[in-house]
Amino acid sequence: MSSQDKLTDTVGADSQSTQDARMGEGADNRFNSPLRKALGSSPFILTKFDKFMNWVRGSSMFMLQFGIACCSIEMMHTYSVKHDLDRFGAGVPRASPRQADVIIIPGTIVSKFAPRMKRVYDQMPEPKFVVGMGSCTISGGPFQEGYNVIKGAEEVIPVDIHVPGCPPRPEALIYGIAKLQERVANGESAPVTVKPYELEQFGDLDRDELVEKLAGQIDHDDLVMRYNWVDSP
Amino acid sequence: MSLEDPGPRDVGLTKTGDVNYDELESLLGDDVLGREEHLNAEAFVIRPDAVQDVLSTLKTDAGFDNCNCVTAQEYQDRYETIYHLTKYDDRTQEVGVVVPTSKDNPVSESAEPVFRTADWHEREAYDLVGIEYEGHPDPRRILLPETWQGHPLSMDYDQTKPQVVTLRENKNPLEEDQRLNDDSDTMLLNIGPHHPATHGVLHVEATLDGEQVADVEPDIGYIHRCEEQMCQQGTYRHQIMPYPDRWDWGGAGLLNEWAYARTAETLADIDVPEYAQVIRTMSGELSRILSHMLAVAAYALDVVGDFTATFMYGMQDREVVQNILEDLTGQRLMFNYFRLGGVAWDLPEPRGEFFEQIRAFIDDLPEKLEEYHNLLTSNEILQIRTVDTGRLEPEIAKSYGATGPVARGSGIDYDIRRDDPYGYYDKLDWNVVTEDGCDNYARLLVRLQEVEESAKIINQCVDLLEGWPEEDRTIQANVPRTIKPEPDTEVYKSVEAAKGELGIYIRSDGTDTPARFKIRGGSFSNLQTLPEMAEGEYIADLIASLGSLDTIMGEVDR
Repeated sequence: MSSQDKLTDTVGADSQSTQDARMGEGADNRFNSPLRKALGSSPFILTKFDKFMNWVRGSSMFMLQFGIACCSIEMMHTYSVKHDLDRFGAGVPRASPRQADVIIIPGTIVSKFAPRMKRVYDQMPEPKFVVGMGSCTISGGPFQEGYNVIKGAEEVIPVDIHVPGCPPRPEALIYGIAKLQERVANGESAPVTVKPYELEQFGDLDRDELVEKLAGQIDHDDLVMRYNWVDSP
Repeated sequence: MSLEDPGPRDVGLTKTGDVNYDELESLLGDDVLGREEHLNAEAFVIRPDAVQDVLSTLKTDAGFDNCNCVTAQEYQDRYETIYHLTKYDDRTQEVGVVVPTSKDNPVSESAEPVFRTADWHEREAYDLVGIEYEGHPDPRRILLPETWQGHPLSMDYDQTKPQVVTLRENKNPLEEDQRLNDDSDTMLLNIGPHHPATHGVLHVEATLDGEQVADVEPDIGYIHRCEEQMCQQGTYRHQIMPYPDRWDWGGAGLLNEWAYARTAETLADIDVPEYAQVIRTMSGELSRILSHMLAVAAYALDVVGDFTATFMYGMQDREVVQNILEDLTGQRLMFNYFRLGGVAWDLPEPRGEFFEQIRAFIDDLPEKLEEYHNLLTSNEILQIRTVDTGRLEPEIAKSYGATGPVARGSGIDYDIRRDDPYGYYDKLDWNVVTEDGCDNYARLLVRLQEVEESAKIINQCVDLLEGWPEEDRTIQANVPRTIKPEPDTEVYKSVEAAKGELGIYIRSDGTDTPARFKIRGGSFSNLQTLPEMAEGEYIADLIASLGSLDTIMGEVDR
């Protein structure tokens, strides 16, 4: 006798119409899961709302479909057959940042892209989480010396989980995301980091030599980001 | 004078069919200031105000119709632009055109009217080195932000100076002011740099007239991570080899490593043992399959929106190849397996098992490819969207220096593996795939058929390796620990990478690092053809065309 039969048996399907059998006793029987049975006669549990919300959040994470460089290929493999990130409740890639909970940063960030990435991050609804994938998002990786390279994603946005590697294997990324889910479910918040690169209006910048020089080219209320290779850690 | 006038193709050739540089020099007359010897070809030093004259003479009279690469560099006493010319009909015939300009006034004539491809190349030269081109239609920066100060690959550049980068290029298409002017109906639409269909961080500024594309302007540089600077800082022997992998992250890393290996081996005069050449050929073609599978899978995603079937099939087959290459190289994606003079290590033990693994993949491939054809090329939706859209005529493709599957999809029979052989290709039996369709469909077909050809090559290589005598398995030539080529040796060499021709120019200065390292990414030239393909078509076809180019932004921006 399979467990399915057992379930129907308890409802007593013999003498009832199909509809009655489906309805069961009282509420729609389709919701009478073994879990509910385990809770006993009263289908209520007592928990803190925050705790419940965190559990829900960690169990269903929508990822932003966001590719930058080499790591995005391994990220695609993480979503696809064999590794199938969806098994862990975190594999729905969303093309719009407005529908996403998690952004994986898969690649090198350069000065021209940093303001755009910041903008994409800002467009995501709260609460939002960031997974930095690969060495470039930790320190600039093999390109750290480059005149145009941001030395790590944390220069621009706060990062919850760093996954090292060049690129990390899909298994490593899955581990990183599982760790993030664990943290989210436990209600641990992202570390607050010092972010030297902020988007600001050009008019708000300190009027140094460079700003004076560019004053003819950039409007007062244009959004700009300062990039300073030497001051980065 | 004989009555049989020699055709234009015969000008500048010796009786044996080699390039006759003396005849070319007399053809160019007074414009030539001198001659230089590069390892790949001779070069003419010409007057900076005669660039168009010289290039068009070489193009029309001597048949040098492929402006392969433009290298710019700064010396202690001058700036220099080198146009590397070759022929689509015969890749072994090359000539360099060197244009020196003074330090105080680095201006030379633009080559854009002669070769369309010079447009982007010269913008890059201006951006990174600081040479200006007179008569250039659009003299702006291309890779770095518009507001950048200084030219990073020039000698007096100070990396420690601060910069300011703007966000204003990202215009909101929903705002009223996106109507270009009051009485026109055209609208500006930004695609990217964060967009699932741009295959990376590409920004396409499209001007739409209704649903038709009136104008397209690719805006690149969002992943310009200073690859040339990195390579100029690395030593020849080991420190440069990891970088080529990262120019093409689609899986074609080994082919890119080969580009560097070939150039540096020519520069340092290293012979590669035959056994290593066979391993290189086999692993390189596996790498090509990896890259083409990604191109096909992503194209299915772009055009049919098929995330579940074809895309997953592509990924599944990539996993198989990645496993094989991981056994061989130790990495799934960034292989770093080639070394100057050979490869890093021999095939994994037990060899029999390894060969079996490859054979199993090759044996399964015909059936899998049939499945791809069923799902894609015989799919009516895909046909409607790709047949006769994104047309790229061969002559236009040539003027942009298009190579690889993009050129071969336009019927240009050009493949460096056959035309300028390297590795073990000339001893194996395989075909160059061309399609005459010139459209998106033709480019897709070329990729699928090239997978078949690659499988053929791999099969023959496995045969060879299986029977290779044990005492003759030399995987690396004897290469000195430190390589210091003679100062001022210049070389430009290229290989057939997955996306197109990948060329590398190196100038040595007597130290163990290159003085100038210039990369010619195949995708850089291929992407340049996008406006030709997309303008006048529907916006949806723009996405189909972009996908069919299979550009990889790492190679475009470098």
